[in-house]
Amino acid sequence: MTRAEPTTDPKITPELVAKHGLTPQEFERIKKILGREPNFTELGIFSVMWSEHCSYKNSRLELKKFPTTGQNILVKAGEENAGVVDIGDGWAIAFKMESHNHPSAIEPFQGAATGVGGIIRDIFTMGARPEFCLNSLRFGPIEAGSARGADRTPQRGIPTEHRQKQIAANRRLFAGVVSGIAHYGNCIGIPTIGGEIYFDESFEGNPLVNVFCLGVLRHDQLARGAARGVGNPVFYVGAETGRDGLAGAAFASRELTEESKEDRPAVQVGDPFKEKLLLEACLELLASDAVAGIQDMGAAGLTCSTCETASRGGSGIEIDLAKVPKREPGMTPYEILLSESQERMLIIAKRGKEKIVREIFDKWDVPWAEIGRVTDDGMMRVRNNGSVAAEIPAKPLADEAPLYSREAKRPTADYADKTDLIQKLSASSAKSAVEILRQLLRDPTIASKNWVYRQYDHTVRTGTIVKPGSDAAVFHIKYANKILAATSDCNSLYCSLDPREGAKIAVAEAARNLTCSGANPLAVTDNLNFGNPYKPENFWQLREAVEGAAEACRAFGTPVTGGNVSLYNESPAGVVDPTPTIGMVGLIEKEELVTTQWFQNEGDEIVLVGSGMGFQPMSHRQDADATAMMLGGSRYLKVCHGLKIGPPPRVDLEHEIKIQHAVRDLIRNGWVKSAHDCSEGGLAVAIAESCFNPNERFGAHVDLSRSDGFPAVMDELTAGKPSLLDVCVALFNESQSRIVISVAPENLDNAIALLKDAAVPFHHLGKVGADKLEIKVGDEKLSWPIADLYDDWWNSIRRLVESDSGAEGIPSL
Amino acid sequence: MNFAVIQFPGSNCDQDCVAGINSIDGLHADYVWHKETSLRDYDAIVLPGGFAYGDYLRCGAIARFSPIMEAVINEARSGKLVLGTCNGFQVLCEAGLLPGALVRNRSLRFICDLVTLRVEVQDSAFTHGLAEGTLLRMPIAHGEGCYFADDKTLRELNDERRVIMRYANDCGEVVAEANPNGSIENIAGICNREGNVFGLMPHPDRACDVRLGSADGVKIFESMMQTILARHARAA
Repeated sequence: MTRAEPTTDPKITPELVAKHGLTPQEFERIKKILGREPNFTELGIFSVMWSEHCSYKNSRLELKKFPTTGQNILVKAGEENAGVVDIGDGWAIAFKMESHNHPSAIEPFQGAATGVGGIIRDIFTMGARPEFCLNSLRFGPIEAGSARGADRTPQRGIPTEHRQKQIAANRRLFAGVVSGIAHYGNCIGIPTIGGEIYFDESFEGNPLVNVFCLGVLRHDQLARGAARGVGNPVFYVGAETGRDGLAGAAFASRELTEESKEDRPAVQVGDPFKEKLLLEACLELLASDAVAGIQDMGAAGLTCSTCETASRGGSGIEIDLAKVPKREPGMTPYEILLSESQERMLIIAKRGKEKIVREIFDKWDVPWAEIGRVTDDGMMRVRNNGSVAAEIPAKPLADEAPLYSREAKRPTADYADKTDLIQKLSASSAKSAVEILRQLLRDPTIASKNWVYRQYDHTVRTGTIVKPGSDAAVFHIKYANKILAATSDCNSLYCSLDPREGAKIAVAEAARNLTCSGANPLAVTDNLNFGNPYKPENFWQLREAVEGAAEACRAFGTPVTGGNVSLYNESPAGVVDPTPTIGMVGLIEKEELVTTQWFQNEGDEIVLVGSGMGFQPMSHRQDADATAMMLGGSRYLKVCHGLKIGPPPRVDLEHEIKIQHAVRDLIRNGWVKSAHDCSEGGLAVAIAESCFNPNERFGAHVDLSRSDGFPAVMDELTAGKPSLLDVCVALFNESQSRIVISVAPENLDNAIALLKDAAVPFHHLGKVGADKLEIKVGDEKLSWPIADLYDDWWNSIRRLVESDSGAEGIPSL
Repeated sequence: MNFAVIQFPGSNCDQDCVAGINSIDGLHADYVWHKETSLRDYDAIVLPGGFAYGDYLRCGAIARFSPIMEAVINEARSGKLVLGTCNGFQVLCEAGLLPGALVRNRSLRFICDLVTLRVEVQDSAFTHGLAEGTLLRMPIAHGEGCYFADDKTLRELNDERRVIMRYANDCGEVVAEANPNGSIENIAGICNREGNVFGLMPHPDRACDVRLGSADGVKIFESMMQTILARHARAA
């Protein structure tokens, strides 16, 4: 079916303004900026530039609370497409995280793929060569029998037909997003080396797809996204402009509804092959000194790149749409300007060096066109075959979107005081602690993500020293001779219970993961995923999380170098759990310090650095209620009882930093064979995961109630038979600031002396063993064959995802 | 000794190949752009992995028409050593320099992992000094790595001892569980009848540094160097 071309632009009516997501007040402001009514094209331009996605109008005031400066920061948050951090010897890194939640919700494969393409463009726009990606994903439950609220069926374990459909849909989204990421990243040849995945009912219908990319550059290669130098030519390079992704930024700034499928044209289609050519051509060009400014065309496409470069350069820009390479004839100025076709860049060349641009893009067979000039009048002027299609002052358009501070209200729902319930549940649980650990290891959120990361090329570019699966990915940049560690973290469940504490923990855990890998944390990028900010409860969550994360970033000395805000993450079933994803990068001084989470040798000593019960005043521990509360927000309650209740664990930042310093010192002394932080599933899961060395599985003999001069993990468990609740608290509580390390027997005394000197609490738990995990809690002796635990953990996701495809019978390596 | 690493548009292991080869004493690698037409100055040719031309149409199907391929084919016919890894293997099959084809993995998914290979032919130009049964560890990363050939071709490959490597388990047994992609008879790498063109699905270029998990790939490049040195000695 061909689509009728409007011969004249529609008339500007209040309805049309509202349809563009602009309020009457915003429309008045536009008229004031222009000194007249906008035409249809200009209305479209304002609509995308002032959308939440581009302008951060509801979050920018909050984002100002983040620390953004530091001695290593070369480009600050918000200045350019990505922040840039010095890593020494003339080298720097550019990194950023960005979301593609809405597109992935309605078209998982292309939505996720173009998310990867977009973040990679942000990085090479800075003049950096993209080296690796991470991703942080959230989906609805994929295991049969998982329920969402009112859908919970009375017959336990038998999902209703509707649930079955939903779970199948969740699996499709999960599998689709993973293959979309794989498709783009693998083809372009940038390894995906880590990340995290959570499954929870709140993400049903609105998955979160946050993609992180890091690139490396020399200080003198830093490219700027500014249109400088009046008279300099403006080049359009890359793929032709089509009608795909029309007004995608505006689409991303709405809630998802049943009708969102109709917005599928707002999802772009990616071509990683074209982007690979664009990447190589741009890096070759940037090495040539022919470029005055460069900017990728991402959200809001040509519109955003032209007005932003002009605004940053304090200049004007004039382009002619007739010269823009187009995929199809008959496109209107409105469509060309608002298209979000992928794999395109805007390049401001230095006058007289146009030939270099043409030659390099011809070499790579990448389309290019000279479409305009830099001017001195501060206007973004768009011509179309001679007539002026739009004429807007660039700076007000790009930088003077209205900023709002929305009403914030603490939700009334009481989610804290459920002590009785926790006690009752744990006491009445039919399951033994032995079965509970196996169930936790099978939980898709905890289980190995090998089904996912083996679909990602994680070894291309030959730098991956620590492959996916350990606390942090470690990558060696050969040409700079630098070793980087990177991680992304956020426990959305904690954040839903207490966004401030949850966000603090996300930062602390990211730093802890880097510490465990042997790195010193450097800087942070964040991706704030929340609901509609016009709902006061959602805005309260955003504000709390930002303040919590900001406090923690300050404490760790890791400034925020940039990131992304994604609001309106709501499906008809409700709002997502607040998810302020933290991407953190660290530097490992030398190769010998690289550490993984896996036990290395039988007979090594296992030590828990940190308090068995986390950082809690002693008086609390005597109290049975307080003991039960230690399970608040835990995976144990979620997985075994379907409950998201209780206060989440708390983190004392000063204490956390002390613990991390101590572990880094231990690593620096060469005494640490493995280091793994305690997170989802608590101590028992952390110990089990430490056993799952990819080269050789180990067992462990652990005693949580030791009497050989070392403190017990739980004082009250030193004698007698503990209750199931006590055992669950000891094994599965998720209190923070805890790291399980293993050391060679000959270094145990040294390690302990260091910990004592540092006044850091620790527990000598036991030894690395052969083929069984044995944990003694008081008189209770628990034992698991490692092979069984490993099978639960390693195969869980594959079994769930492939169970309905009949692929189970295929041996896959 | 100079190796040419061909850069097709969409190659993404070209840098890994050059870095890997240059890390070996006595070897030097240059990038050669696919629009070039001569490879006369090189002792050996490497077709790297990646997604040449986006793997559109079929893996390697467009790359075989790149200008450089005429030179690759001529040099191969004249006896020069040619190694194609991953996507390079696919290009060699499409160009008719190697028999058979690489089709979608049995799992229908891309797979990235570290695998064990059993050397099946000792003293081939590419396994010089590696005894039959030697086990090598190398990464794989492919969506279309399932080798297929018809019965006649397969018989020829086996009879003429042209299957250079097979996927094996850690004990060196060539068994179904060790086959990552469904390749017929666990075939990971084959050579042409003359023995100078070698296609290998795993990545020797990603196995040149123990820090990355394995340095077994070095053995392939060193073997090529020894073969070439021996030829030079014979010619002299």
